[in-house]
Amino acid sequence: MTKTVTDVICPFCGTLCDDLEVVVSDDGKQLLEVYNACAIGAEKFLHSQAKDRITRPRMRQEDGTWKEITYDEAVEYTANMLADAKKPLMYGWSSTNCEAQAVGAEIGEAVGAVMDNTATVCHGTSLIAVQDIGIPSCTLGEVKNRADRVLFWGCNPAHAHPRHMSRYSIFPRGFFTGKGHTGRKVIVVDPRPTDTASLADIHLQIEQGHDYELFDALRVAFKGEKLPDVVAGIPKEKIYEVAETLKSGRFAIIFFGMGVTQSIGKNHNIDAAIAVTRDLNEYTKAAIMPMRGHYNVTGSGQVWGWQFGFPFAVDLSRGFARYNPGETTSNDLLRRDEVDAVFVLGSDPGAHFPFNSVKKIYDLPSVVIDPHETPTSEVCKVHVPVAFVGVEIGGCAYRMDNVPIETRKVVDAPEGMMTDEEFLTRVLARVKELKGV
Amino acid sequence: MAIRVNLITGRTIQQGVAMEAGKEKPAYATACGIIELDPTDFKKLGAFRNTNVRVTSEHGSVVVKAVEATQGPHPGVAYIPMGPWANMVVNPNTYSTGMPTFKGTPVEVEVAKDEPVYSSLELVRKACRGELA
Repeated sequence: MTKTVTDVICPFCGTLCDDLEVVVSDDGKQLLEVYNACAIGAEKFLHSQAKDRITRPRMRQEDGTWKEITYDEAVEYTANMLADAKKPLMYGWSSTNCEAQAVGAEIGEAVGAVMDNTATVCHGTSLIAVQDIGIPSCTLGEVKNRADRVLFWGCNPAHAHPRHMSRYSIFPRGFFTGKGHTGRKVIVVDPRPTDTASLADIHLQIEQGHDYELFDALRVAFKGEKLPDVVAGIPKEKIYEVAETLKSGRFAIIFFGMGVTQSIGKNHNIDAAIAVTRDLNEYTKAAIMPMRGHYNVTGSGQVWGWQFGFPFAVDLSRGFARYNPGETTSNDLLRRDEVDAVFVLGSDPGAHFPFNSVKKIYDLPSVVIDPHETPTSEVCKVHVPVAFVGVEIGGCAYRMDNVPIETRKVVDAPEGMMTDEEFLTRVLARVKELKGV
Repeated sequence: MAIRVNLITGRTIQQGVAMEAGKEKPAYATACGIIELDPTDFKKLGAFRNTNVRVTSEHGSVVVKAVEATQGPHPGVAYIPMGPWANMVVNPNTYSTGMPTFKGTPVEVEVAKDEPVYSSLELVRKACRGELA
């Protein structure tokens, strides 16, 4: 007989869907089927069952091959590497639970590390903008129940947050949105006619990298002032139309993604986006929300927020917390040779950092904690596979709207595998011995 | 004949699924070792669909397979899904924000029929060891 586990949380993206059903074998050791998840979420659950999964730590040999080592040896190597380094970089933290993030932060304090999470290549610039001018936001529940004007700017949830639109933003029927998608006006701003744009009432095919101008043009249009004939490749009539559409709603929500955070202008684009939201509140209720990528990148910002006062790029090397994006951020540190060891957990900079940063990781003492074999494990000296959080171990995660949700364990990890938190706790104890703290 | 286009990167659902299924698998290279080009840019390039091309920016160079834009038209704009292939050529400068400029890198695309598209692990390994052409 099989068992069906209901209300399972999906540990893939920041939408953190909480309605999955997972079928497991009677002894709870095998995961057989996944229902309600998107293609990516389902794949994540099923991949934990891969026959070729790596279940023991490995160390890179001189000739480039791997040698299996024990968890004890991996703890010893990691603790020594961190304790010996003058300024280690501890990066990642977004695909793990808050409990592990808290232990990691304690290690960072003990060894004087720079702690950085994946926001650094994702919504880091949004966090800078929020510190500049604040953010009028809301929860996804409010979006579902109230929003009748939905603007997606530089994001493509059809591909990156596949169930976002059906659960919260376009299709669901909520308390004040009983007509579902027919009661909502959807606007997409993107340089490509994306699959999300195909669902929109209005698509503005903006000239890539000109987001700041278009945000400003919207602010002008709200006030009914004069615009040039074309702004960022969009005719002024279209801009006035979008401005009127937004103003005429009862509740407008702006979702934004990498199109704005990674294009030139960076945090200033988000400043402008938030200013649009603020201006819109003169006419109706409006809120704005970043489309956070990893399922718990928001959580790592929360945990470090409580502990250090900063959500990413926290430099603890001087014995107190410093934060200066551009200086204490991973890619800047790596490019400038300002760190002497790299520890990665719950992220894949080998695949997602520009190559010159990856090369620096290859040249340094480095450890990666990750259930998968990745380009990061390819360039690191030690690879420690661990249990999948949200599949083989529970723990707290924060949804993109800063709502904490407890993830669930649905199946046992392969025999003898450690979790992130167990491994980090062991490293912390050993680091304290080595440092005499 | 080489063409100049504006390169952007980002997620695709195929990239997400292949990534979760294992980045060491061939499906990941199929999903991300590509460049999506507009039909008008294909015409300018003078290449058939599914031809290997070399993409070069002032920051690096990589061989990927050219495919027709799945979410187009977007003439003058090219798309490589996020991953090690895109990251060989994107602009790493953060302009003091911590964020590399993943979107909006001017690149040159030229036909490279006989050059292989490497798997993700191979690409990163060869590039780190300086073994790439």
